[in-house]
Parts: sequence; C-alpha cells; structure tokens
Amino acid sequence: MNKPERPNSYRSLPDADGHFGLFGGRYVAETLMPLILDLEKAYREAKADPAFKARMDDLMKNFVGRPSPLYFAERLTEHFGGAKIYLKREELNHTGAHKINNCIGQILLAQRMGKKRIIAETGAGQHGVATATVAARFGLECVIFMGETDIERQKPNVFRMNLLGAQVVPVKSGARTLKDAMNEALRDWVTNVDSTYYLIGTVAGPHPYPELVRDFQSVIGIETREQMLAAEGRLPDTLVACVGGGSNAIGLFHPFLDDENVAMTAVEAAGHGIETGQHAASISAGSLGVLHGNRTYLLQDEDGQITEAHSISAGLDYPGVGPEHGYLNDVGRVQYVSATDKEALDAFQLCCQLEGIIPALESSHALAHVAKVAPGLAKDHLIVVNLSGRGDKDIFTVADALGAKI
Amino acid sequence: MTMTPGRIERRFDALRAQGRAAFVSFITAGDPNIEQSEKILAGLPAAGVDIIELGMPFTDPMADGPAIQAAGLRALASGQTLRKTLGMVERFRKTDNDTPIVLMGYYNPIYKYGVGAFLADAVKAGVDGLIVVDLPAEEDAELCEPALAAGIRFIRLLTPTTDDKRLERVIGNCSGFLYYVSVTGITGAAKGAQGAVGAARKRFAAKSDLPVVVGFGIRTADAVAEIAAVADGAVVGSAIVDRIANNLGPGGSLSDEGVRDVLGFVADLASGVRRTNQPVAAGGAR
Repeated sequence: MNKPERPNSYRSLPDADGHFGLFGGRYVAETLMPLILDLEKAYREAKADPAFKARMDDLMKNFVGRPSPLYFAERLTEHFGGAKIYLKREELNHTGAHKINNCIGQILLAQRMGKKRIIAETGAGQHGVATATVAARFGLECVIFMGETDIERQKPNVFRMNLLGAQVVPVKSGARTLKDAMNEALRDWVTNVDSTYYLIGTVAGPHPYPELVRDFQSVIGIETREQMLAAEGRLPDTLVACVGGGSNAIGLFHPFLDDENVAMTAVEAAGHGIETGQHAASISAGSLGVLHGNRTYLLQDEDGQITEAHSISAGLDYPGVGPEHGYLNDVGRVQYVSATDKEALDAFQLCCQLEGIIPALESSHALAHVAKVAPGLAKDHLIVVNLSGRGDKDIFTVADALGAKI
Repeated sequence: MTMTPGRIERRFDALRAQGRAAFVSFITAGDPNIEQSEKILAGLPAAGVDIIELGMPFTDPMADGPAIQAAGLRALASGQTLRKTLGMVERFRKTDNDTPIVLMGYYNPIYKYGVGAFLADAVKAGVDGLIVVDLPAEEDAELCEPALAAGIRFIRLLTPTTDDKRLERVIGNCSGFLYYVSVTGITGAAKGAQGAVGAARKRFAAKSDLPVVVGFGIRTADAVAEIAAVADGAVVGSAIVDRIANNLGPGGSLSDEGVRDVLGFVADLASGVRRTNQPVAAGGAR
C-alpha cells in the first residue's frame, strides 16, 4: 500500500467531499443525496451558532453528567507493575457509555432541522438506549433497528429502549447483527425521507456523519487533555481505546492527533482469533471496500461480498470501521492491534476485582491490550484507557462464557 | 458525451418507430442458481422484454426490499459471483446480439474486482449499461467516467428527492436512458401516481433528451400500460423475482415448468406496453 504523505495537521480532514485521503466519501443512493447535503448544511450552521454550543454544553453537564472523571487506576497500575494507568470514565455518563455524547449533538441537529421521527441502528443496544433517551427527552418518535441475534444477547437493553418509549424493530436479514440493522435503517430512511432523521451511532456512514460524530465525541479527548494536565502537569504518553466503528477511540484520539509525543493504540476485536477467520478486526485483517456510504477497511471475500464479523462484544461486531481510522492506520499515526474474546474476558474480570468497576466487554478489549503492554513500560509512562461503557449489560454474556448460571 | 449508437439507442429508435414504450425486466443473476437463471434470461426476449436488467447480487443491498434481498441471497448461496454474472451475459450474446443488457447492483463487488478489469470484461461480455445504486454523481470519478470512456452507458436513478438544483448534475453524465424511481423507498414499494410520473418526466425533458423509464412498484400488466402511456419504458423487478420465489420447489430449485411459469408471467406483463399504439411521450425523440 502507498503510504500517504504526512500532512501538516492530522486534524484538518475530511476534505469538502468527505474524504480522509482515500477513505470516506458519500456512496449512497440518489434518494439520500439531497438529505445528506441538507444535513451537512445544517451541521455547518449549527457549528457556527454559539446558541447551539451553549445548549449542548448545558445538556452535557446537567443531563449527561459531564465532565466524566479521569481516574487513576491505582490497583491495576500496581498489579501490572509498569505504566501509570488512568481510566477515562465514560461509563459514568447517563445511559452508561460514551454513546450519549453523540446523541445529544445529533438530537439538537434533528430538532434544528425540524425532524419529527428519529431512527437508529444498534448493536449492543448502547446506542439504541442513548438514542431512545434523547428522543424521549425531546419528545420525538423513535424507531430502533436491531438484529435478532443482538436482541437475543442484549435483552435488558431492549427492555430499556421500550421503557423509554422507543419501538425496537427486529432485523431478520443477513447475520441479524449490527451491519444488517444499519442496512434496515438506511432502507427506512430512503422510504421516509421527509419526516425522518437518521441518528448514526458511530463514525461511519456517508459524509458528514464520520465528521460530525467525531466532533461530538471529541469532548472525551478535550476533557482528558485538561484533566491530565491538571493531574500530572503534562500530556499522556499513550492513549488506548477499543474500536468497532470507532467513535469512542476517535473521540479520545482526535484532540491529541497533532501532539507528536502522544502515542495512540486502537484495539480491534479478534474474536476467536484472527487466524480462525471469526473476528471483527477489519483493519488488522480486512481489505479496502465500499459499504454503508464510505470507503474503508472491510471484512469481505474475493467477490466483494461482506463477511460476518464475530466478537463476544456486540458493540464491536461490525465488519467495517470508520473511514478516519483507515486513514490514521495508513499514515501510521495510530497503531491498530487486536484482542481476543478470551483476553477481553480476562481483562473484564481483572477490572471488576481490582478496581471495583464492571467494564463493558467493548472497553475490556482496550484493557486487554493494556495488560499486554503496561508491565513492560516505565513507571512514569502515562496511559489513558477509554473506559467507554459499563458492563452491566454484559453480565449475561459473561456468565454464559464463564459457565455460570444467573 | 456523444457515443456511437449502441444496442440501447438502437432499441429505443426501433421502439419509437413502432410507437410504443419499452418493457424492461429485472432478474437477479444466479437466482435461484446459475443454470436456471440462464434459462430465464435466455427466454426473456421471446417473452417480450425489450431491455434486460440483470442484478449483480450483493450481501448488503441497502436500497432493495425483501423480494430482491432474498433473490440476492439465493444467488449468493448457490455460488454466484460477479465473474459468473459476466459469463452469463457472454453466453447470452451468442444467441442474442440485439437485446440490451444493463447490469444493476452495488459498487463494492465491482471495486473489489477492479474497475479497469471489470469494465474490460464487461465490454467483452457484451454488457451495454450499468446502474450502480450507491454511486451518486458526487462519486462519478470512481466508475461512471471510466465506464463512459469504455463505451458502457451509465444509467442513474432519478428520484422524487432530486430537486432542480441537483438535476443538472445528476443528469450530466447519464447516458443510455434515465431511470426514474417513482417513489422514495426501496424496491418493491408502492407505485407512484401516474400524474406525478408525467410531471417528473416533463421536468427531465427540459434538461435531457434521453428516454425516461420508470420503475419501483410496478407489478401488473395494467400498471405497465399506465406507465407506458406517460414514459418511454416501464420496469418490473420485484414482481418477477417474487414469481421465481413462488415457483421454487424442494431444495430451492426451479423446475422447467417453473421457468415456463415465470416467462409466462413476464409475457403477460410485457403485453402492457403493446395494448394500444400509444405514442411515446413527447420529449423522447432525439
């Protein structure tokens, strides 16, 4: 692969057509083109409007509970005996994950655009719950598309969405997971163009979604920067986050991209192991393709048919990755690694036992990578792990994997 | 862009001389398997089909309804690939060098095949046009421009959401014909009103002299006749694909009798463009 030239800034993309180098773009049906052009216009206007920012800041503080703490994980640090580990506590946000940050931003956009009906896809159910939450808060109709397989493994979240007044539509096509839920949401959007706002949950989809979702999630990195300067008087050495679509990772990374001394590692889900073919590691083991409106790394066969992803974590179970991640991989700014189901489960338990925090299985992949590298790093090496979600939703999956009955 | 007249232009010229609209049929290549799909394909011209749309199956057909999604999955399960689809066209051309074939699908399989290699093989096989649902005008450099340079028509969907501001850009690189999707929605959805189709057609005629065919939601010979009265062609897809599904026997295969039933249904639909000598709507002449 040709390595693109190092740009003056890693933070100036995408370009006007939504490209991050070779990645991104707007690969959608003509029916949707006018809609995403409208969305882009509305987003530019909102971004320039101080009232929008003030409204967003107020909701982030008083509804979401931001800023989320940057917490020194003393016992994990002691246990690994190397780097000093901090956890960015996104799991303490209202609804229990970073997903709400993006939902607050987009619901305000939807309201600004006069939309009355909100649709979204969800995998683990965290984005569905966050979307149902903001839709309830703003009195908008809400329809969530969720694969049947995911409904089965995330029943508590389905019930939460129902309690919040959302209709959860089971998706029966394909492998019945996140990718199929996204197809179905796009089909709904193509059909209900006038009334409906599609609230995409990750940094994927056609331009401008990867950009605006990233911007709404960047609050994670902006806060981390201030908090680390306050705690240690300097920037962190390494940032670690899990990546499925990649919104929590880009949210943490983006504000630091031009700080050359800050290393960044994104951890993909290796499932049963990359070599088994049953994984969700589209950067580590995929190839370039076009799906869901953008060009990126995908899991696919030689005929360009999309193959099924596998991960114990429903939130990482997606055969693609946000286009900006593909770009950051190719320019070498972010290192992409992977962790297996088993490694994530081990890290999940360790975090429960040593820190009294039940992490999401998604975030456990990031912790699993820290377990591999922290022991070999100097004691003054500062690592920030994005604890992107809490694991209460995962206790049934974990019990099942550990052979426990609840 | 001026192009040497190809099968599509010759076909519309001939239809104009006959004073009727085109009947355009859609089937998915390899549905339910390549042998039976080829039998249907080979029988379409005799059943009255003027232009053939051949679907390239894809795992994630985001603009298709349940019928065409299912057809694609049947084809993929039987081992269909883009290479095999091109092979079907190549064999069809040995007995029919007149009926235009337009491949319809999504970009990723073509991208993975390699745009240059795909266009070369498509020209060699005798493909006349492409409809690639997820390549809007904004991404013309990807496939549209190389396809036109290779002599393959690039047909774009126009929708009710395509406003006047976009129309010029969307039509700009179109060739072959314009495909008007009469409703916002996925394939197989409700059909658009005849009046709205006529109005849209007039809007396009101001910007382009390409023939306008109308699709999405047309399921009966009556509906074909209605559209034929106001457009240069009517497309039926989901209803034919449903007919294939309804004829599937145990093991998901189609008997010769099933193939005959599907082709009989197509012939009935095709009669819709031949009912009366309705003049092709104004603006169709070039």
